[in-house]
Amino acid sequence: MSSLTGTGKLIRLILRRDRILTPVWVLWMAVIPISFVSTYDKLYPTAADRLKYANTSGNNPVFLALYGPLPNTSLGGIVTQRVGAIPIFVALLSILTVIRHTRTEEQAGRRELLGSTVVGRHAGLAAALIVTMIADLVLGLIMGAGMAGKLAPSGAWALALSFVAVGWVFAAIGGVAAQLTENAGSARGIAISALGGSILLAIAGDLNGEDSTLSWLAWFSPIGWARRIHPFASERWWILLLFVVATAVATFAAVALSARRDVGAGILPVRLGPATAAAHLRNSVALAWRLHRMLLLGWAVAFAVLGLVFGGIAEGIGDLMQNNQSLKDLFSRMGGQQGLIDAYLASMMGLLGLIASAYGIQATLRLRAEEEGGHAEYLLATSVSRVRWVASHLVFSALGPAVTLAVAGVSAGLAHGANTGDIGREVPRILGGAMLQLPAVWVLTGVAVALFGLLPRAASVGAWGVLAVFFMLGQFGQALKLNHTVLDLSPFTHVPRIPGGHFSATPLLWLLAIAVLLIASGLAGSRRRDLSAA
Amino acid sequence: MSDVISVTELVKTFGPTRALDGLNLDVREGEVHGFLGPNGAGKSTTIRVLLGLLRPNGGSARLLGGDPWQDATKLHRRLAYVPGDVNLWPNLSGGEVIDLLGRMRGGLDKQRRADLLERFQLDPKKKSRTYSKGNRQKVALVAALASDVELLILDEPTSGLDPLMEQVFRECISEERQNDRTVLLSSHILSEVEALCDRVSIIREGRNVASGTLSEMRHLTRTSIDAELTQPPSDLTDLPGVHDLKVDGTHVRCEVDADDLGTALRRLTDLGVRNLTSRPPTLEELFLRHYAADGEAERVGSQEVAR
Repeated sequence: MSSLTGTGKLIRLILRRDRILTPVWVLWMAVIPISFVSTYDKLYPTAADRLKYANTSGNNPVFLALYGPLPNTSLGGIVTQRVGAIPIFVALLSILTVIRHTRTEEQAGRRELLGSTVVGRHAGLAAALIVTMIADLVLGLIMGAGMAGKLAPSGAWALALSFVAVGWVFAAIGGVAAQLTENAGSARGIAISALGGSILLAIAGDLNGEDSTLSWLAWFSPIGWARRIHPFASERWWILLLFVVATAVATFAAVALSARRDVGAGILPVRLGPATAAAHLRNSVALAWRLHRMLLLGWAVAFAVLGLVFGGIAEGIGDLMQNNQSLKDLFSRMGGQQGLIDAYLASMMGLLGLIASAYGIQATLRLRAEEEGGHAEYLLATSVSRVRWVASHLVFSALGPAVTLAVAGVSAGLAHGANTGDIGREVPRILGGAMLQLPAVWVLTGVAVALFGLLPRAASVGAWGVLAVFFMLGQFGQALKLNHTVLDLSPFTHVPRIPGGHFSATPLLWLLAIAVLLIASGLAGSRRRDLSAA
Repeated sequence: MSDVISVTELVKTFGPTRALDGLNLDVREGEVHGFLGPNGAGKSTTIRVLLGLLRPNGGSARLLGGDPWQDATKLHRRLAYVPGDVNLWPNLSGGEVIDLLGRMRGGLDKQRRADLLERFQLDPKKKSRTYSKGNRQKVALVAALASDVELLILDEPTSGLDPLMEQVFRECISEERQNDRTVLLSSHILSEVEALCDRVSIIREGRNVASGTLSEMRHLTRTSIDAELTQPPSDLTDLPGVHDLKVDGTHVRCEVDADDLGTALRRLTDLGVRNLTSRPPTLEELFLRHYAADGEAERVGSQEVAR
């Protein structure tokens, strides 16, 4: 077939370009599930332990929604449930890999360059799909081989193949999405929305177990299919056929669409913007809103999900820890004082604080991206002053984390409250715990702003490095028995542990003062320095 | 006439590099001023200092009567800038960028905006990420030309435009001159500068080698003479100010210094002229003369700086 001429060469090109990236994610996604085998063997060594898991966490609605059903109470069954979220990442990576080598190439104009050589019309799509599907297959082979030694081989291979199957279907869906739009970002959006829809259908189907009235919804979702293979419990191999058919259909559709369009064009019409700007788009804050709103939305959704998860499993954690001394120790080490669940929730709020600071840093570094991308030069040649420009982005790096923490606090409170039956009590307690993280988050934002103003070249590395150090101190500092002075370096050490702990305003005011100082020095620095050339 | 831009002995260093090394530049009100120089000569650096994006290490720069660093915000209401590399925000449409920038300058003339979009054949609805380099430049040009400002600072504004659009650009700049707007036009395209600019500054390695009107600059350089005589000339080598003389039978070619042109022409006429072409130096010749590394060109350059 002449339309596939050159596929082999393109495969080698992709392998050359991704010679590090692909092996890393393939290995990573294969090794994590293997490592779960020994982890859960240690956590639940006896049949009685595993039965207890089945009766508590294993059938907790949030666990069912996130990880899928528990096929049975063997070790393999528990591992199957706990790796249940990983196929989502395999799907995501498969989508991204396919689009990266199809639409991204086309949008960048490199496809055109190749198209003028001896390369068939479908060769690019074929090469991207082949490489991605082989990567998925290798992942499955490593995973199956790694697990088959320790677990029942048929179950291990069924579980591994379910990973491969999910990867294949979404690789093909990525191939379809790549044909639809001219813009790689929109193509990724379409494919990831399809993945998101599949996840939601699987969650809705599994929320109340496989016997619920909504269970049929999961049959419309490849993620739901994977969860219904039931490895280690009389495997339903025929479900793999569903995947093969779906992959074939999607691949065929992608090829058919690719045959109908011009190079560089999409099937969907290009979305146009307005010919004139809306009346409010008249200053740097309005522009910053345009630049930040999708990021804010993404983080808010992620924090809503995190809140639901952290809040939803709180009750289950409580059950779990009653009988597990090492987990108990772990959580009291993570900073809790009163009541295991409160300790757990307070620790999770601390973790959310750290994650929110990542958002704060990311939003601040947008300034640097604007500067290096040449946008700032253009903007600052208008009547926008340096300080005003920095401040308009600061609105989002300071208030953005506040919004996301509030969202997570409310969603965690709702989820936990729904479990305990007292939403009115839990929401304010947990929301409070989340919002108390803000001064510490702002210190990190302040570090990023100060670096941007004073040491712009080091801003990115410096800010992320500081966050990494604080993360290590917070998560492993006490376990490593580090000196208190060292631990006190992290602003998160000083945040009151709420709910459950003792509230004290003094450290928060100190943190606020430090944050203000850092931000002020960054603003002063950004007024005085040269702007980097694009 | 007052100076809109007045730069004296400007110095800007980046580490060990002296990007600007005592640069002088004067742009008068209402003129279109050509700013010429090879890549890396310091044109963009000068402009970035004038826009208050870079802080000079020495010398002084005045812009519209203010200090470009201290009064940046105030001054920027009165000027519009088209960068050499136009980077637009990918998720904004061209129309949104034009309006946003206009509003953040001194305001936007709606009628002129519509007129310019039409003339540059630009679709304002497209998202910026889908524009080609030329179209991004058009967005920046429309935004600048439709803005209600006194001064336009254009950094190689036509490097991505096709010849038709470049013609539109030239018409627009001619109109700006009639409307008494001041334009600083940095460019590589010499024919463009020759067609548009009242005065020209040529810079090299961070300092200027020549500035003035084109006729002033031409006056300081030689005119090419190409003559067909009625008889072979006897001896022309004794003529003052004649260079690169080539005699081929009755055909004479040479370059003559401006001051000695009369003497040379008289001698040729005495010999009997059948055909004569005299051509003033093109800007390109001027330009090359200032960049040629040989000593003679250097001498011509320093002579003009001294002036």
